[in-house]
Amino acid sequence: MAASGGSGWLHRVADSDVWWSFKSSPMTVAAAVATILIVALAFLSPILAPHTPFDPATLSLSDGLKPPVLISPDGDWAFPLGTDDQGRDVLSSIMYGTRLSLVVSLAAVAVAMVLGIALGLVSGYFGGAVDAVIMRVADVQLTFPAILVALLIDGVVRGIISVKRHDEIAIFVVVGAIGLSFWVSYARTVRGSVMVERNKEYVQAARVIGLSPLLIMVRHVLPNVTGPVLVIATLNLGLAVITEATLSFLGVGLPSTEPSLGTLIRLGNEVLQSGDWWITVFPGVTLAALGLAVNLLGDWLRDALNPKLR
Amino acid sequence: MASPSNNPPLLEVKNLRVEFPTRRGTLLAVDDVSFDIAPGEVLGVVGESGAGKSLTGNAIIGLLEPPGRIAGGEIRLEGRRIDNLPYEEMRKVRGARIGAIFQDPLTSLNPLYSIGRQLVETIQTHLPLSAAEARTRALGLLKEVGIPGAESRIDHYPHQFSGGMRQRVVIALALCAGPRLIVADEPTTALDVSIQAQIIALLKRLCREHGTAVMLVTHDMGVIAETADRVAVMYAGRIAEIGPVRDVVKHAKHPYTKGLMGSIPSLGVRTERLTQIDGAMPRLTEIPKGCAFNPRCTERGSRCLVERPDLMAAGTSRAACWLHDRGGVGVPIPKETVDA
Amino acid sequence: MPDGSTGQFVRLSGLKRYFDVSAPWLVRALEGRPRQIVQAVDGIDIEIAKGETFSLVGESGCGKSTVARLVVGLYPPTAGTIEFDGNDMAGRHSRSDMAALRRRMQMIFQDPYASLNPRWRVFDIIAEPIRAFDLAKDKADLRKRVEDLLRQVKLTPADGRKFPHEFSGGQRQRVSIARALASQPEFLVCDEPTSALDVSVQAQILNLMVDLQRRFGLTYLFISHNLAVVYHISTRVGVMYLGRLVEVAPTETLFTRPKHPYTRMLLDTIPDLDMTGRQRAPVAGEVPSPINPPSGCTFHPRCPFANDRCKAERPMPLAIDGGTVACHAIEEGRLAVEERTYVANS
Repeated sequence: MAASGGSGWLHRVADSDVWWSFKSSPMTVAAAVATILIVALAFLSPILAPHTPFDPATLSLSDGLKPPVLISPDGDWAFPLGTDDQGRDVLSSIMYGTRLSLVVSLAAVAVAMVLGIALGLVSGYFGGAVDAVIMRVADVQLTFPAILVALLIDGVVRGIISVKRHDEIAIFVVVGAIGLSFWVSYARTVRGSVMVERNKEYVQAARVIGLSPLLIMVRHVLPNVTGPVLVIATLNLGLAVITEATLSFLGVGLPSTEPSLGTLIRLGNEVLQSGDWWITVFPGVTLAALGLAVNLLGDWLRDALNPKLR
Repeated sequence: MASPSNNPPLLEVKNLRVEFPTRRGTLLAVDDVSFDIAPGEVLGVVGESGAGKSLTGNAIIGLLEPPGRIAGGEIRLEGRRIDNLPYEEMRKVRGARIGAIFQDPLTSLNPLYSIGRQLVETIQTHLPLSAAEARTRALGLLKEVGIPGAESRIDHYPHQFSGGMRQRVVIALALCAGPRLIVADEPTTALDVSIQAQIIALLKRLCREHGTAVMLVTHDMGVIAETADRVAVMYAGRIAEIGPVRDVVKHAKHPYTKGLMGSIPSLGVRTERLTQIDGAMPRLTEIPKGCAFNPRCTERGSRCLVERPDLMAAGTSRAACWLHDRGGVGVPIPKETVDA
Repeated sequence: MPDGSTGQFVRLSGLKRYFDVSAPWLVRALEGRPRQIVQAVDGIDIEIAKGETFSLVGESGCGKSTVARLVVGLYPPTAGTIEFDGNDMAGRHSRSDMAALRRRMQMIFQDPYASLNPRWRVFDIIAEPIRAFDLAKDKADLRKRVEDLLRQVKLTPADGRKFPHEFSGGQRQRVSIARALASQPEFLVCDEPTSALDVSVQAQILNLMVDLQRRFGLTYLFISHNLAVVYHISTRVGVMYLGRLVEVAPTETLFTRPKHPYTRMLLDTIPDLDMTGRQRAPVAGEVPSPINPPSGCTFHPRCPFANDRCKAERPMPLAIDGGTVACHAIEEGRLAVEERTYVANS
């Protein structure tokens, strides 16, 4: 426990128990480094990527199906991880694809978080019939896996609009589908925490002052339930990346004109039988590494914020 | 005092130190604590939260919560060292020779087993009795601790008892194997005042009848005054004063004990203000040099700021205060007037 | 003082609060269980004069904390009225009138670890009521007010920058008191404010409360289970048992001439520090469940003086010796008033 007020927030962070538990876990540090590396490469892809793989003007069929340089003497240093049948650089595709995957996943987690926190707060603070209705809806929601929800939404959307328009809004469909299927865990966690916090005396003190329930929830209760929410968000991010990939792999995710990691794996999978393995394996490895790293971070965060394990 | 020199003490604690390694360095939570308990004697240990009184009790029954550990000194029960026993050995001693009673009776009872089963199991672990004999003994114990209708209640589960009744069951459980010493850590704190009196009367009667010694750890001076023969007052991990309970309560020798006694509201005289000790007990990370009490002390001198006093004779008691040393406290230093 | 109808500052009449602790509807329907109602507060009348300290004592579950929460409006009463300075708290009030009433009564809680939001700095905790009631002219005024409050509870303005976890239990309770004083209230409801504290710290807090009462002319409703503390701090005392007031009397009278058998029993349980040889008399029995309270006088199963009338008929408060007692034995003269003396602790 800090004995005196630290100098600046940097000092406070360096002095905190969470930072200490982070430093003393090499696995977590490795996971954090991997995550930061992948995220940085993805978001800096317009600057760092050697090619712009989805600009048809830059593609040349003569570059098609080059193997990775380190594996085969036929490799070309211009395409370190090889190219696909269209002559697209696999490394650049992965960088752009990861960026898209991350954007979709982050957006989906944000949707789930906002929806879940709002419903959880309302449910926990007011209780009674409101709580019962929200929680029963959550129960029903839980019985549908994300993929089913996505297929459902995608099917409905396809029925309503044209195929061409569909490609344009595909990203929103995926974000919505993943977001919708993830909100329950936030709502339940927040509801549980709120029910604990609302009976604490500091909330009663705020009620004695006469603050409105909304103000009490936002100012007092919400900041005290952020810990568990942060943990779920981190764990969910890994899950969202994988779910998005699964959806795209199944063809109900992002179109091949805007390929995410999942789309890349699907496209590569089609030519896997002909021996051009690198087109699908490298995006697959990236996906696995990203999913694993983010999950490890989430696991650590859960333990670090759990006072019982400290 | 209850222990004449020719009578060997039941429990001897010598220079006990309990440490907590933390990432900011090792905290010394119990610092060089020594005391004896004679057979059949009730020793009260009082102090405010964080004084180290519960840790001392836990160290004796071998249940220090990690990362806390005994870092020095020795604990002897009937002449035999028990502080360095392996876990299994200590477990046997704990049931058979030392009984334990904790603040919350619910934590000492398994909610899934009937109290009869828990008593019988404990008895059979420590005594060579058949199941039927053990049950008879369990029934006898329940009657002794005053459970009405013991025959019908023996097969009830802990949640079917009220708080006071549960604490009686815990006492029965502690008495199962006929221990020589009972370590009772805040046994009445979770109970209502009217129930407290019942439990204290019970504890006193049982110890008298069985000749069991008790180490009674509590923050409640009232409980100590009524129950204990001798009392040890702890402050910041050390014993500030130890002596016969009457002398400590009525004629405290250590300035901390004096302040503590004065701060307890009492019936009879209604004063406008209670005597108060300014400030708070220091955290383990910030124990001052010299006497740990010196920043709050009204009688301190120059010597108190640099030299740490050990327990020394002070009338019939022993106190860790230079006031009772021939050399005195040195040049008086008035306490800073800022409180808190 | 504005002209209240009785001249009393706070007045509770026929106050009741029942809690429904039944199992959920579906479980009840399937298992044929009845509704279960806890009569936490079952009809009490209290009048508190301006500037006095009225204490409520009783064992856990007697409803004393529920009374505290009813008074400050944390629960609505099931029946009965709460009048504050002549205003019925349940009456129709405009938003601003209600805020004006709330500003004048505040609460201090038992647990100094749960009563301060751990994410807020002490400055913001104390500033919250000032902001909520819009009492400060500007930022500088707000800062000055908070710093004054910190000094009044013997903390320093620099402590405002800290978080609650950097303080000890006693210091947190000071912060809690500063927050309660921030809206310049006239009436403070204190729910066991010292029972989570060590005795030496308890003395500091009680002294502080007495000082503040004198300085600001505060009126206290003080909830406690500790009779010695109550004896020390109160003007008048009410003794509660299973949701009812069994005796109300001026402090000195209650402790030297207790009337109700339950009051006598409670006084017997006070630990004797003076070792005058007075034995704490262990009383038989425990508090029954408030779900199915005993008929008639709820104390009759534990009362050595109970007769058939006590089992059947609920005793009503009877004015006697400057206070009130609800006991048939006293009313009928079966039970004599007892005189007690206490030896001062040097």
